[in-house]
Amino acid sequence: MSARVSAVPSTTAPSLSSRRRLGDRLGDGALHGLTAAAAAAAAALLIAIAWKIFDVAHPAISKYGFGFLTHQGWDVARNKFAALDFIWGTAVTSFAALLIATPVSIAIGLYLSELAPRGARTVIASLVELLAAIPSVVLGLWGILVLGPFVGQDLEPWLHRHLGFIPLFSGTPENAGILVAILVLTIMVVPIISSICRELFVGVPTELEEGALALGATRWEMVRGVILPYTRSGVAAAVILGFGRAIGEAIAVTQVMGAGHGIHWSLFATGDTLASRIAEQYAGAAGLQVASLVYLAAILLVISLLVNLAARLIERRFTYQRTGGS
Amino acid sequence: MQTVAPIEIAQPREAPLSASGREAVFVTRGLTVSYGKAPAVSNVDLSIYRNLVTAIIGPSGCGKSTFLRSLNRMNDLIPAAKVEGEVHYHGQNIYGDGVDPVEVRRRIGMVFQKPNPFPKSIYDNVAWGLRVLGMKDDLDSRIERALTQAALWDEVKDRLKKGAFGLSGGQQQRLCIARAIAVEPDVVLLDEPASALDPIATSKIEDLMHELKNEYTLVIVTHNMQQAARVADMTAFFTLERTESGGHGVLVEYDETPKIFTQPSDKRTEGYVTGRFG
Amino acid sequence: MAVDATRFSLTLSRRTRRRKLVNLLMQVLATIAALAAVAVLAVVIISVAQRGASALSWDFFTKTAATFGQSGGGVADALVGSLVLVALATAMAVPVGILIALYVSEFASPRIADAAKLVLDVLNGLPSIIIGIFVFALLVIGSGQAAWKGSFALAIIMLPLVARATQEVLALVPSTLREGAMALGASRWRTVLGVVLPTSLGGILTGTVLAVARAAGETAPLLFTTSIAANAVTWDPRQPVLSIPIDIFALAESPDPADHARAWALGFVLISFVLVISLTARLLLARYRSKLER
Repeated sequence: MSARVSAVPSTTAPSLSSRRRLGDRLGDGALHGLTAAAAAAAAALLIAIAWKIFDVAHPAISKYGFGFLTHQGWDVARNKFAALDFIWGTAVTSFAALLIATPVSIAIGLYLSELAPRGARTVIASLVELLAAIPSVVLGLWGILVLGPFVGQDLEPWLHRHLGFIPLFSGTPENAGILVAILVLTIMVVPIISSICRELFVGVPTELEEGALALGATRWEMVRGVILPYTRSGVAAAVILGFGRAIGEAIAVTQVMGAGHGIHWSLFATGDTLASRIAEQYAGAAGLQVASLVYLAAILLVISLLVNLAARLIERRFTYQRTGGS
Repeated sequence: MQTVAPIEIAQPREAPLSASGREAVFVTRGLTVSYGKAPAVSNVDLSIYRNLVTAIIGPSGCGKSTFLRSLNRMNDLIPAAKVEGEVHYHGQNIYGDGVDPVEVRRRIGMVFQKPNPFPKSIYDNVAWGLRVLGMKDDLDSRIERALTQAALWDEVKDRLKKGAFGLSGGQQQRLCIARAIAVEPDVVLLDEPASALDPIATSKIEDLMHELKNEYTLVIVTHNMQQAARVADMTAFFTLERTESGGHGVLVEYDETPKIFTQPSDKRTEGYVTGRFG
Repeated sequence: MAVDATRFSLTLSRRTRRRKLVNLLMQVLATIAALAAVAVLAVVIISVAQRGASALSWDFFTKTAATFGQSGGGVADALVGSLVLVALATAMAVPVGILIALYVSEFASPRIADAAKLVLDVLNGLPSIIIGIFVFALLVIGSGQAAWKGSFALAIIMLPLVARATQEVLALVPSTLREGAMALGASRWRTVLGVVLPTSLGGILTGTVLAVARAAGETAPLLFTTSIAANAVTWDPRQPVLSIPIDIFALAESPDPADHARAWALGFVLISFVLVISLTARLLLARYRSKLER
């Protein structure tokens, strides 16, 4: 009796091109497409933002042109608007805030990278970073009700008494004004710059530091001769980043700057920045006022993009410098 | 004592000098350096003599670099490092009260294993130390002298203002040597100065040491026995002593170089120089 | 042989003494700067806590603002409003953010990935008031304010934060993990969704939490999109709702000290929320990172 051998049909043998593979390819394509769409949407969003802002500002742009940027005066009653006061306000408050914040931030970065006792390092660094997490409206609230009165009733009178001959400190002390805004902006910007600086300083190669110390240099001489030059571009990029933050701050500034106008030399005067004027007057605005406010926003947008670009270019030079270009 | 033949004793350029009659620049007593609880190098009693090249040799991990760095208080930079014992420099304990590491390092310079020039121009690399230490008079000629002594002047004299990173590894290391000697130290410590360099650059550095010892006292750590045989007048052999908690480095033998390599007194030295271990 | 006392002496020369003094001065200045920063943080938090804590009460959390002339009342409408706004914004931003991060880390070529990162960085750097105006121009003109429109504005702010945090975590996932899955025959999408994403979940979560902390405190985007609301607790996203930051903003400007007290209390609630979750998120992120990098 011979064994019956039947040919088994090969339909169950695994095939290299199965339905499962089609599902996989569809899935791969779908995921790729979906994620690419999301990325494209983000890019489209950016373009939409720029486009829409210039679109709504158009009535004011066509009416005033570039003269908007070079003229003063913001008169709601007479329906005449111009931006110079606020460009000035933005420039003064932001530059002044950075003037104070930069050395302070570098000092904090150095403290955290060189001086702080090892155990306390992360704690203090976290505390400084927490300063950046405070919502601007709360800082503004504190600015109106605590810092403002201090500045108006203690600081500014003191400055006026002792340094009143300098135009910066002339005028009548007020609880709200440019000086308070500068101080609030400084508080916002310091944690940003100092945390970047700390990372930069920690990243300086130890052998470079040791080379300097082995020559008999003090720690400060080593910082000045090796650490600061080595991190120069990175620190510059950090400062510009802080500047970008300062110019864009609307809420805290509008709370403490007093919504004034005009260009004054005194830090005690009230004023407005581009961002704060928008926040101040959006409510109940209509017609040309709206377009003018959005024109202010368009100016702010352009400045902000330029600042971002500058920070990026400097950062690129920093990487180049570090990898050996002299 | 039977003469042993090491694998291949290299020929020094000139007959090594002897220590007799020379002033001791460093005298260490019971020097022990620990990181945390574990000692890295233990109980070293050693004297370094004026205008000689002293080599520190031994297997890796036996604390040679740690010992070297304790001579100019560079171990202070490591938070966990603890130094016990004494290091007398011209009779003063550099770890004594009231002695500032800054002053110590001014007199005792160091060249590191990996060339570490500053990201500055060649000129500024040498000038920086001079400016900081207040030796600003006649800067140009000081720099030229240092670069000449480091056998680098001819190669860089036309591009002093160019960045130091444009130099080759060997040139960068000679720049670091120039930088160190520009500030007129008394001693120069060299921590495996040629280990990152090719043989030609290494040879140049070794020639250099021969010239430099006329003016300075040199202490060099090297893992290359042949190098020690070529350049050193005195050689100190360290080895790793194993304990339950790990190991730590100890000084085994210290003598004139030819003796270490041909007639070592200690069996461990003999084992190392004949290549049986390490 | 006599020691040449001046040449080898280790006592401090006058010049070195001066240099050491300068060194000390710089150390002191740096320490003062750091302490000043911490001091400012302490002053702000203590001010808010001191003045805010006294106004906290059960009524504060459960009632809406009192009608004109009466005392008491609370901020329940602002609390609920913020909850709705932030929850909706998170739901909008997180999926899109994760998708963008996946694109950058798994699919895009290096050049396109760089471009995408650039877009995210620019979005991140835009002043939030500009985003508020954009959403206002896009959605509010002509049809009025609504909570979901405010959420949309907040979502734009949260998007780059979520995307960047996710992308950084995805980059930490070892390539051996991806290769192992694909060597088993798993397709790209299965690898990503089944292996890479779950491994990154911890980091994505903390990134989201940090974005939430940021969104909870934003005022400017809401000014134009959901700031004029009825004095009642509203859960409907189609209505404009009051939010904590907007309420603080309005109360701070008021001349009435009772309003100030409420502003402080709201500020205390907000700052406590933001600081606590910021801190925890950072700690968790650090721990999560070290686990991945092992």
